Amino acid sequence: MIKLSPKLMQKIAWGFTWAAGIISVLILVLIIGYVLAKGLPVISLEFLLTSPEGGLSGEGGIFSCIVATLWLIAITMAILIPLGIGAAIYLAEYAPDSKFTRLIRYSVDLLAGVPSIVFGLFGFAVFVMALHLSYSILAGALTLVCLLLPFLVRSAEEAIRTVPQEQREAALSLGATRWQTIVHVIMPAALPGIITGIILCVGGAVAESACLYVTMGGSAAMPTSLLSGGRTLAVHVFYLAMETNALDKALATGAVLIILIFIINLSTRWLSQRLQAKMSGGT
Amino acid sequence: MPRYFVDRLSRHTVSIFGIAAFLILVLIALFILKDSLPALKEVGLIDILFGAKWYPSHGSFGILTMLAGSVVTTLLALAIAVPLALGCAIFLAEVAPPRVRSITRPAVELLVGIPSVVYGLVGMIVLCPFIARLSGTGSGSSVLAAAIVLAIMVLPTITSISEDNLRAVPVHYKEGAFALGATHWQTIYHVLLPAARRGITAAVILGTGRAIGETMAMIMVIGNSPIFPTSIFGPARTLTGNIAVEIASATGIHESALFVTGLVLFILIMLINGIGLIAYRRRV
Amino acid sequence: MNPKIQTKELDFHYGKVQALKKVTLDIKEHQVTALIGPSGCGKSTFLRTLNRMNDVIPNARLEGAVFLDGLNIYAPEVDVVEVRKRVGMVFQQPNPFPKSIYENVIFGPRMLGLNHRTNLNDVVEKSLRASGLWDEVKDNLGKSGMALSGGQQQRLCIARALAIEPEIILMDEPCSSLDPISTLRIEELMQELKGKYTIVIVTHNMQQAARASDWTGFFLLGEMVEYGPTSEIFSRPKDKRTEDYITGRFG
Repeated sequence: MIKLSPKLMQKIAWGFTWAAGIISVLILVLIIGYVLAKGLPVISLEFLLTSPEGGLSGEGGIFSCIVATLWLIAITMAILIPLGIGAAIYLAEYAPDSKFTRLIRYSVDLLAGVPSIVFGLFGFAVFVMALHLSYSILAGALTLVCLLLPFLVRSAEEAIRTVPQEQREAALSLGATRWQTIVHVIMPAALPGIITGIILCVGGAVAESACLYVTMGGSAAMPTSLLSGGRTLAVHVFYLAMETNALDKALATGAVLIILIFIINLSTRWLSQRLQAKMSGGT
Repeated sequence: MPRYFVDRLSRHTVSIFGIAAFLILVLIALFILKDSLPALKEVGLIDILFGAKWYPSHGSFGILTMLAGSVVTTLLALAIAVPLALGCAIFLAEVAPPRVRSITRPAVELLVGIPSVVYGLVGMIVLCPFIARLSGTGSGSSVLAAAIVLAIMVLPTITSISEDNLRAVPVHYKEGAFALGATHWQTIYHVLLPAARRGITAAVILGTGRAIGETMAMIMVIGNSPIFPTSIFGPARTLTGNIAVEIASATGIHESALFVTGLVLFILIMLINGIGLIAYRRRV
Repeated sequence: MNPKIQTKELDFHYGKVQALKKVTLDIKEHQVTALIGPSGCGKSTFLRTLNRMNDVIPNARLEGAVFLDGLNIYAPEVDVVEVRKRVGMVFQQPNPFPKSIYENVIFGPRMLGLNHRTNLNDVVEKSLRASGLWDEVKDNLGKSGMALSGGQQQRLCIARALAIEPEIILMDEPCSSLDPISTLRIEELMQELKGKYTIVIVTHNMQQAARASDWTGFFLLGEMVEYGPTSEIFSRPKDKRTEDYITGRFG
């Protein structure tokens, strides 16, 4: 083997890392650029405000999918937020250092790695079949709660743990109860982290497809109640791609999804920066 | 006094919520196991795990082809993604000018959130026809297409976690190597990468889990035929795809066999995480 | 002079480590009592047993008793929150909440259920005057407590503790992160406050103990070695170990 000089070796390595960096960014920019370039021209007010008709050529727009997505997110969050934050408070503030606590923490970690479709299978068995919710937004939302719970618990617990112990002690020394300390001192300080976690969960709900595909059914009709079936935007992309010839509409729906994720991501950034600035004082 | 009452009530409430997380895991395991039992009894674990034929209408429920499909696509995807992601992470952490980094970092984070169906869609429209032309046969829905789509999907995850870990290496390690006359690359290769090894391993494990669990994008590009992935240009089916494609129409033993598929997936993920944990804990 | 606080044979363990060994001590009302000793001698642990602040530490264990006006605060029927209402505490690092100065001061009263605005305004003025901060911040009560200087933050924490009208104020090395001028200001403040409150201060600074306290207790390895009037401890220590410590032979 030829022994390369360290200088030359470094040049080769630099070439490789630059190439890796550029290729990665290029691939991803091209994918997003492609979807936006092909999809955005298809989007119109009419596209957004008419429901899909379910035919082979994918007539209609995405209105009922937008509605189903919003319903799903609203219900999921209404259950997920109290449950996730409550569990995080328990783990960070109350849980004794016991075997059982370690077991809970370990389950949270394990759950976070379980694939979405397995949650879907569970949701199908429990919510769709056993609880007779059939294919519905409610069944989808409950499944999604199970899927997102570990993530929210972890990020909220992390945020709570970063609140300095001195703040807790100050509040307790002033005669606050444990719960008052949590509500008035710990939660306000942990809020930026918790809100970031919540918004990321909203993003996850928007992007999720597998576990909803098997719990919400694929009805393209406008949902009328929590027990209606429905398709979210992401599931709609799948249906359009697999069952119709309307690839342009699939791309348009994909573009809508990308824009939504953009907005969610930017608002997370903006909000956490603002709250952080507010927390760290100034006048 | 009400505030003591509130204090106690709240403590009990959040305790119950905390236990809920544990209960969900137990329930998932229990329900999937319970619904797997009919197929396990009727067909038998060995015939399901090692059966090469999935032919529900004839009572054949072997999932070995799908197991192979999942494993092969995931390994191929990692073979593409890991070198690229590592190069990218080193680039972002050590090489890139700060201005480039301030753009790429948020971009990479953003990409983690893009729905998998979008990747699947682009794979279907752009990649599959390209592969069809390359191979000269079929529609292009293939193991290769699936592996490439998966690689692109896990790339941002592995890159960003690896970059974080490279950055977390204490600066005096680097200074020590520089002081001994090492070049920047020698420092990265001999000091930074070994020091960040555990974190990078964790990133790869996480990526592996994602890849094994990916469902919809796989269905869109892999062709979904329950056959062995003998050629990268040919179709296959993943465990995840098997569940999603058939669950709505399945009944009886067929449905139960899909729960066995889920059980295998569940155990596979636990194994991967277990291996990851061992690798992570091993002394550096 | 009555003992305000009495401890009886107080033992304290963190897990397997014993931090306090049979500490028995009377703390006199309306006096400043200083607790001195080398790092790790148990003086801070002792201080924190007086308002049950150690309750939050997992695996900690306490034996013996602490009497506040004759009432054992570790008796099962005693509510820890009630104890902490009577025993205020100032910590080593100034730890104002990331809230306005006003909100910091009224935190305690509000937790106790006081909500009337004019009353709260009175509490704020009174407490800030008592801690000597009023003139510096009266036009800026909406400013974040975090934006004050270190010495001001510590006086804000004192005002915050005073706002719940405690009988006793515990100070855990309150000046260790402050500059000499701020330190002097706090020491003067202790003298002003002792007319109304009983003060217990932990300090690693012997000059501070000599200057600012009436009584001094010397702790070593979890034991209280010697306790008496400050002037006596510093001029005629009875125990050889105390003498070694205050003359700087170890510690």
